[in-house]
Amino acid sequence: MEQAFFLLLAAVAVAAALLVVAARNPIHSALALVACLVQIAALYVMLGAPFLAVIQIFVYVGAVMVLFLFVIMMLDVRKEAQERFLRGTPLPGLVVLAILAGELIFLLLQSARLHAVMGPGQPVAEQPQVADLSLLLFREYLLPFEVASVILLVALIGAVVLAREDGAKTPETAPKETRGAAR
Amino acid sequence: MIPTSWYLILAAVLFVIGGAGVLLRRNVLIVLMSLELMLNSVTINLVAFGHVLQDLRGQIIAIFVIAITAAEVAVALGILVALLRNKHSLEVDELTVLKG
Repeated sequence: MEQAFFLLLAAVAVAAALLVVAARNPIHSALALVACLVQIAALYVMLGAPFLAVIQIFVYVGAVMVLFLFVIMMLDVRKEAQERFLRGTPLPGLVVLAILAGELIFLLLQSARLHAVMGPGQPVAEQPQVADLSLLLFREYLLPFEVASVILLVALIGAVVLAREDGAKTPETAPKETRGAAR
Repeated sequence: MIPTSWYLILAAVLFVIGGAGVLLRRNVLIVLMSLELMLNSVTINLVAFGHVLQDLRGQIIAIFVIAITAAEVAVALGILVALLRNKHSLEVDELTVLKG
């Protein structure tokens, strides 16, 4: 039963991932990526990480992908309908991909230690609770946690500065120009 | 009980698909989305090994990965909006500002 669920989720995730890469319209890509991320969140629940699944849906689907959709709708994407892939034969990219895929398959098949770890999976003694996770996060990993908050603040300021209109424009003229551009 | 190798194979497949998107697509937005896909496949690996080894550190690192990804996407989309305002192009092969 559990394995059937995994196969269903994995199949939908892989199909959605293929759609992300192959879709003509960037909005379709973004929605397919949302579907893929939700499947991955369900996999987290099966892996005994319900908190991470909720974080995945809140942050990825709720914030990151909505930001993507806003930007796609703000920008003009009509040109994209003509050409999806790079011009000419993308031979170097295909070679790199083949090497990457072969390497991953080789590592998965050959690594003896990996097989020792993988096996059929040990029976879970006691499922770790969210409380254990928070204790670990706020005791042992308190400094990285605070550093992450600083990084988020820096990214916030950086995004505002980057996406702003040129600083030379006065605040009175800037809104008029954006209105003209919208037309 | 699901074998851990299934999770690893799924993560590898998603990683290669994301790599294909990064290397072959023309639109910068799709390239960024494929990057998100690759990050997620790596996170699946972390959580799967954390589950097998009964170690919560996998989940902790996954949480940090998600937080840093949110920051990265905010900055990247800000750069894209600024870039489109100056160059009016989102195709990766036309963005050659840094070329010497």
